[in-house]
Amino acid sequence: MSFDAAFQNQNFKSVGTRPLRPDGVDKVTGRARYGADFNMPGQLVARVLRSPHAHARIVAIDTARAAAVKGVKAVITAADLPDLSNGDKALFNILDNCMARTKAMYDGHAVAAVAAIDEKAAKQAMKLIDVEYEVLPHVVDVDAATEPDAPILNDAVFTTGIDPAPTTASNVANRSEFGHGDVEAGFADADVIVERSYRTEQTHQGYIEPHACVASCNPDGTADLWVCTQGHFVFRQNCADLLGLEVSKLRVTSSEIGGGFGGKTHVWAEPVALALSRKAGRPVKLVMSRDEVFRASGPTSATSIDVKIGATKDGKITAATATLRYSNGPYADIWAELGAMTSFACYDLKNVKTVGFEVLVNRPKVAAYRAPSAPMAAFAVESAIDELAQKIGMDALDLRIRNAASEGTRSSYGPVYGPIGIGPTLEAAQAHPHMTAPLGTNQGRGMACGFWFNFGGQTCTDLNVNADGTVTLAVGTVDVGGSRASLSLVAAEELGIDYQDVKAVVADTGTLGYNDMTDGSRGTFSSSMATISAARNAIAVMRQRAALTWDIPVEDVYWEDGHAKAAGAKYGNLAPLSVKEIAAESGNTGGPIAGHSELVADGAGVSFATHICDVEVDPETGATSVIRYTVIQDAGKAVHPAYVEGQYQGGAAQGIGWALNEEYIYGEDGRLQNPGFLDYRIPVCSDLPMIDTQILEIPNPNHPYGVRGVGETSIVPPLAAIANAVSNAVGVRMSHIPMSPPRILAALSRQKGE
Amino acid sequence: MRYERPETIVQATHLLAEADSNAFVLAGGTDLLVKMQSDGFEADLVVDIKSIAGMGDVVEADDTFVIGAGVPCAALGENDALVAAWPGVVEAANLIGSTQIQGRCTVVGNLCNASPAADSVPALVAAGAKAKIAGLGGTRMADVLDIPTGPGKTSLKKGEIVEAIVLDKPLARSGDAYLRFIPRTEMDIAVVGVGINLVLDEGGAVQSARIALGAVGPTVILAEDAAQALVGSKLEETALDVMAAACSAASHPIDDKRGTVEFRKQIAGVLARRAARIAFDRAGGN
Repeated sequence: MSFDAAFQNQNFKSVGTRPLRPDGVDKVTGRARYGADFNMPGQLVARVLRSPHAHARIVAIDTARAAAVKGVKAVITAADLPDLSNGDKALFNILDNCMARTKAMYDGHAVAAVAAIDEKAAKQAMKLIDVEYEVLPHVVDVDAATEPDAPILNDAVFTTGIDPAPTTASNVANRSEFGHGDVEAGFADADVIVERSYRTEQTHQGYIEPHACVASCNPDGTADLWVCTQGHFVFRQNCADLLGLEVSKLRVTSSEIGGGFGGKTHVWAEPVALALSRKAGRPVKLVMSRDEVFRASGPTSATSIDVKIGATKDGKITAATATLRYSNGPYADIWAELGAMTSFACYDLKNVKTVGFEVLVNRPKVAAYRAPSAPMAAFAVESAIDELAQKIGMDALDLRIRNAASEGTRSSYGPVYGPIGIGPTLEAAQAHPHMTAPLGTNQGRGMACGFWFNFGGQTCTDLNVNADGTVTLAVGTVDVGGSRASLSLVAAEELGIDYQDVKAVVADTGTLGYNDMTDGSRGTFSSSMATISAARNAIAVMRQRAALTWDIPVEDVYWEDGHAKAAGAKYGNLAPLSVKEIAAESGNTGGPIAGHSELVADGAGVSFATHICDVEVDPETGATSVIRYTVIQDAGKAVHPAYVEGQYQGGAAQGIGWALNEEYIYGEDGRLQNPGFLDYRIPVCSDLPMIDTQILEIPNPNHPYGVRGVGETSIVPPLAAIANAVSNAVGVRMSHIPMSPPRILAALSRQKGE
Repeated sequence: MRYERPETIVQATHLLAEADSNAFVLAGGTDLLVKMQSDGFEADLVVDIKSIAGMGDVVEADDTFVIGAGVPCAALGENDALVAAWPGVVEAANLIGSTQIQGRCTVVGNLCNASPAADSVPALVAAGAKAKIAGLGGTRMADVLDIPTGPGKTSLKKGEIVEAIVLDKPLARSGDAYLRFIPRTEMDIAVVGVGINLVLDEGGAVQSARIALGAVGPTVILAEDAAQALVGSKLEETALDVMAAACSAASHPIDDKRGTVEFRKQIAGVLARRAARIAFDRAGGN
């Protein structure tokens, strides 16, 4: 049945209300089952041995002594994960990252793993694995890695995207470029130009739940994986590819998830656990420690960014450029490219050019982190905009409104925008009382805008109408932020039944068709589209059942307010049939009632936000408190407003931590100095103000309800908003994130000439 | 691993004295249990001292407060007499970790863990606190200042246990205070800590002062020059400037993940200035 995804304006009954989430009680009472809460009979405990060196050739590994320890059932190295990548570089990189093959590329890189009957035996065996390393020179800094004398991580990497192709190996894996117009001509037209370099340090997603899984390779060639992930179908594909399994033989079940933020879109431990189970012939549980999570999973890029923006005296931007260097860890990816695409996406620019460089360093492989790469680019660009406004003598908000993109604008990364929310969020900021609230001593205000693409992707959903008229909704997108509640609202809306009568579950890979993972803010956008489609298919079935019951043509049965109704006067005496009534008779009218949907959710509407932030800086210590924070963001349509607000607040909270204190700190030896929450400082509750939110609803034309993804954009503006606020509070432009107290105090001392 | 829960201090000291190696005292366990979770840590013997009579008591005598080695820091905050007498010491103890941690952690554990950043130690040193130490040969007293000898190292001999902290009752016209700097608002570890105890003369000027600095050297530092700078003053700006500069000069921090040398030296002076004002106020100065 064809499905029309176009936006149709309507009045909602369920969508837009705020019921409790179905998973809430279990989560607050501790009953919810996370990755480490699953157990199997006879399961073994796994431990991973990790490189203490930032860069080292693995000369030899001898596992004989470890394997001889009583209770040890399997010891594996890269030899137990043979290379099946068949020329697929991306797959090879995943494999090499899961278990180092010839070289350890960073402190924490896995080199071997053990499965034993208990922790004690596993720990003892770890100490008896003999690894002979040839320590190599390393480089962890994004700028140092591009210097001519930097140690080369991979002799086979030659910078792509450059013509002519280089003939010497480089740590710069790729150059990408975006933009249009003539920036030189644009700068020539400018009255005022701001040019500055910025740096951001590497941060971790900081999910509270460490990676955890239980893997079981069975004697019949099938395998099961229970895992904390953002995308069990993608994990199934990756693991099957790496282990040489048929996809259908590996069944992956996703657990509840204690935070992912992009960090659980990549496999690390899972192929290792499967390989251990395959070798041991028993189920294996692998739970990463916090130290391992920091050293070997997650982080986002460290960056070094140069921005130049020119404008006329009256505030029209004439040209803008950005050069962005993003650390990738040891494997080439597209992180700088994403930064280059998003840099100037908020603005309508005649002349714009951005260039991204992917830089390889001896740090863990960079993983997606909530609107990956956009926050750092926004920090640089929005800081420059703030400075530009000050130089022109114009209000920074007016300058942004003057140059904001709108429907029909050709974006800096290529596409022409449809209806978008940047202008409305700026106007809402202008009208917001926060903008005019008085500031006290040592306080400053900053604002910034942010953009994220959003994503749709492959989606498959089943909706089953049970005999009692309740509905089970099986979705394949992992619930990372309340999507089971939102999708239940959507099913209730379409069917015309109560929210309480819908139970949404996340189905495993054996029971539902393929779904892309919950990333790109797609969970509620794409699965709500599929849920609407599945519900409408179920309604078609229920209309048929009603027609059969009444013995009238199905064309004469229509659906309204949760009931099948007979059309026209000729059936005037027929009472409408409710879902419950139709379901109760389903055994006699054709059997179970269900609606299925499979689709590619195209047209995820781009997302914009504007944030306002007040800070107070202690000039004697450099300590910053965020005293007021406001998030204004376009949701398209907020299906469950409370959870939309939660996403807005969560992104802002993570951004505040990133802006002020979070950073990976490496020693001279290339080892991570702070792999724990004591010295990797995410904000605690008392570090944050109550974060105010304002939801704007500019309908996405490509979704029946107008929904846009909301999960990621909220982390894009905070770095810049806070940096602008701090800069305005202390009178010094802060161009290095995080703005930790030592950095602020050093900047103040420099200003005083001390 | 062997776990023992002796009921007398003599049994405890014997257990520790006779252990081969890797023997640890367990009181609140907020440091030890965390260490035990790391793959590299091994304990052969853990001696839990909480069943020993008196370990959980704060005893107020005519001249002293005796704080048992098993007393959780939160209990100090609930002892009104102690709070009135040594508010700086109690504040320091109640800054450690989180509310949950404070329900278990102890000042003796904080001292014997010998972290340079221990919050309660500078406050105890400023207060002139003493440690009551049990060993095979009986009991001895030592200045708290002399217990830590380096990060993770103490002057305790094999078989010795700090069984209590002894604080004299404060002198008339005296007041103490402790401040620390952390980048967050709580649940963090001191980048710099400053404990100050001031005694005023009848005219309201500082008669004597003790200033102790934490997290700016391998052990707590008694900043005697800084203290001397306040004597005779009523915390006039000039005296505070000299005192703050002396605190910075007495600090010998390192660059690490928690702060730079420059930052820590500067903050030592800033905090000392702020803590001195609080202590002065508590002593009745104006």
